[in-house]
Amino acid sequence: MSEAIHTEGNGFHTEDMTLNVGPQHPSTHGVLRFVVKTDGEVIREAIPDVGYLHRSIEKIGEKVTWHGYVPYTDRADYLAAMFANQGFCMAAEKLGGIEVTRRGEFCRVIACELNRIASHLIAVGTFAQDIGAVTPFLHALRERESINDLMEMICGARLTYNYLRIGGVGYDITPETCDRITAFLDHFEPITDEYDRLLSFNKIYVERLANVAVITKEEAFQYNIVGPNLRACGVKWDIRRDIPYSVYPELEFEVPVGTGERGTLGDCYDRYIVRIHEIRESCKITRQALKMLPKGPAIAKVPRKFKPPAGEVYVRVEAPRGDMGYYVVSDGSEYPYRVRIRTGSFTAMGIIDKLSRGLMVADLIALIASLDVDAPEIDR
Amino acid sequence: MEAKEIYARLERRFPGKVSGFRGEVSDPCLQVDGAAIVEVCRYLRDDPELDFHVLSDVTGLDLPKDNKLQVVYHLYSYSKRHQIVLKVDLPRETAHVSTVEGVWKAANWLEREVFDLFGVVFDGHSDLRRILLPEDWVGHPLRKDYVEQEEYDGISTQRAPLVEKLLR
Repeated sequence: MSEAIHTEGNGFHTEDMTLNVGPQHPSTHGVLRFVVKTDGEVIREAIPDVGYLHRSIEKIGEKVTWHGYVPYTDRADYLAAMFANQGFCMAAEKLGGIEVTRRGEFCRVIACELNRIASHLIAVGTFAQDIGAVTPFLHALRERESINDLMEMICGARLTYNYLRIGGVGYDITPETCDRITAFLDHFEPITDEYDRLLSFNKIYVERLANVAVITKEEAFQYNIVGPNLRACGVKWDIRRDIPYSVYPELEFEVPVGTGERGTLGDCYDRYIVRIHEIRESCKITRQALKMLPKGPAIAKVPRKFKPPAGEVYVRVEAPRGDMGYYVVSDGSEYPYRVRIRTGSFTAMGIIDKLSRGLMVADLIALIASLDVDAPEIDR
Repeated sequence: MEAKEIYARLERRFPGKVSGFRGEVSDPCLQVDGAAIVEVCRYLRDDPELDFHVLSDVTGLDLPKDNKLQVVYHLYSYSKRHQIVLKVDLPRETAHVSTVEGVWKAANWLEREVFDLFGVVFDGHSDLRRILLPEDWVGHPLRKDYVEQEEYDGISTQRAPLVEKLLR
């Protein structure tokens, strides 16, 4: 305890306070806990305590069949279930040498990009709420609700989609759904400007985020920060563009990066604005995919008793929280031998202790929100 | 750089420490002697032509048939756009390997997870505690021979069969 007591010049004794943030706290995005040591308002250290949502999804993977595991992957990240589906399906397809039908790929892209918009809306909305602005959160959720309706039309579920199958997608996207998606995009794209007016150019919001918790490029590499958080540090890296998968090479889209426009490169504001830009890009991709949607079957013929040959693969997907890696090992049987899900939130949590030192308590909340960590994805 | 070339370089630099290169699979991998893992990783990171500045993943693989535990490292280089998979074989009973935390900070959390779920001890790790499971949990669930403890803190971990539940 001796080092925790500070004596000021005038002889007053102050002591570090240990503060417990979470696990049930509105701004911990799920069930997360931080043990924070503070000196007044300034944080000395913030030790994350995770695991409250551990559901041993990786172990379950060893007990169920290849097809049967897809619904479980939904739960790995319930805000972006499509990507978790896609990662596993791609790994299984790569192991089994299965080619996804072209229509299936486009259906995947449409569903994934809609899911990305929904996930980023949550990220941006809760971010604003944590900072103290409640209205943008409601606006974001209102639009997300429309996406949930679209998802219901596409696959019958609003949260845990279980839409992708090994070899394609479970249900074809009907022309009516396509029209509805187009109508939604027509309505939604102008609304992204509304977010700009509400938040991006809002002086209070900018002041709260600019220059706070800066992650440098080198730190991002060291701690393996991925996805929008990495791009916010000025690294132009997007798996969709740089390690292409699915039909992304045929689609045109920009990779937005942070520029430090309001403060320092890699600060909380950059992490926010990158997501807003990505929402716009996702709208663009969805429109293109809808236009290019080819005719044909939505799913390839895959044997019901799927037994990929022995081997192992590591597949990366660009999920809303960054590089989602699936390391899947097959021993040639009906069940996967090992499924490992590497998620962006997990590694992002690792940097919080380092970044939080010297921050104000209120800025810690901004930092957690800006990294867009998602408790189920951390704990799996 | 091609994985074959990376392997050739490692073989030249660390004779006898790397082996078992498999280039025909989709993610080429090689075996590294556990005692040399830190040196090999540091070389892979610092060599300007290899430039593996990102540790994508560290995970485990339990192979009770061969009585070994594998620690699998996925390395990636954004600048050179190449990847390599390193594997370290450890005996199942005494699974010890040096930490690569000094090379990549990301290893801190990733290795803690491997310790938690596989029981691999990373020597020299700064904060080797369980991460996902409670501190007093018994066993390492991702091992193939793992048997769940019957109760935890007085709470049963077993689910009563449905019929018995209905009869009650």
